Amino acid sequence: MEALIRFWHRLSSPRWFYEISSSWPLRFGVVSALLLGTGCVWGLVFAPADYQQGDSFRIIYIHVPAAIVAQSAYLVAASSGFVLLVWRLKLADMLLVSILPFGAAATALNLFTGAAWGKPTWGSWWFWDARTTSMLVLFFLYIGLMALREAIPRAEKAGKACAILVLVGVVNIPIIKYSVDWWLTLHQPATFTLTDKPSMPVEMWIPLAINVVGAYLLLIALVVGRLRVEILYRQSASSWVQDLVKRYRE
Amino acid sequence: MIDRIIEFFSMGGHGLYVWLSYGAAVILISFLVVSLRRKKRRLLRDLADQQLRNRG
Repeated sequence: MEALIRFWHRLSSPRWFYEISSSWPLRFGVVSALLLGTGCVWGLVFAPADYQQGDSFRIIYIHVPAAIVAQSAYLVAASSGFVLLVWRLKLADMLLVSILPFGAAATALNLFTGAAWGKPTWGSWWFWDARTTSMLVLFFLYIGLMALREAIPRAEKAGKACAILVLVGVVNIPIIKYSVDWWLTLHQPATFTLTDKPSMPVEMWIPLAINVVGAYLLLIALVVGRLRVEILYRQSASSWVQDLVKRYRE
Repeated sequence: MIDRIIEFFSMGGHGLYVWLSYGAAVILISFLVVSLRRKKRRLLRDLADQQLRNRG
């Protein structure tokens, strides 16, 4: 029990997190670059063309990892919002702020590659389909959260407002996930599910799995890097950051 | 050899869409990495300037 309290106490200390995470962005970034490089070359060169869609299906190696990361980032943001509201951990608020731009970027990439895939496959860059529309809503949620954050000058109030909005928006996540089952959509059903075998041959889904892992590691690298900047910014008046700045100046 | 390279880049006629997607991913990720590093450098420089000014 005491160990648990100590752990909780540490978790609430941004300084502690800053100190243990110094090598994370580079390490995660390098492994992620290796994985994404492998996955993309494999997907572009060695995976066979799809028997129906030809080579345009290769967009999946960008499109699906971006979608998975976009939604996972949202769930992390929502969990941070919950922790912030219930336990008022400062670090949770900083994590919430730090993950938003990357979630928005992943959503934008997913929508863009979806358009580039839709044109040769469905004949149009955009369809108001349940899946595409709910993904667009996710993008607007991210933009709205970032704007809300900017609009309220007091950090504490802004954090609370963001936490509430991000929790309300969680309802969109199952809608995205099940949109292809609930409504008759143009969008094809999920390639990966937890229960069934992938609906693709092995030589097609291995590079996809590699890219999904690579995209997750890239998200971790970027978010931790951003979180470290946020910690320095928010704690800039504290003596440990002042000491760090002094060392930086020398 | 050159024919095979051209064939690879044409992606069975879907080259525009495939390369647009991969290109967008590369540009976006590079932008995110560069802007994050710039943000960190700028913050440290600002804090260092402040420290110098406060010393007077």
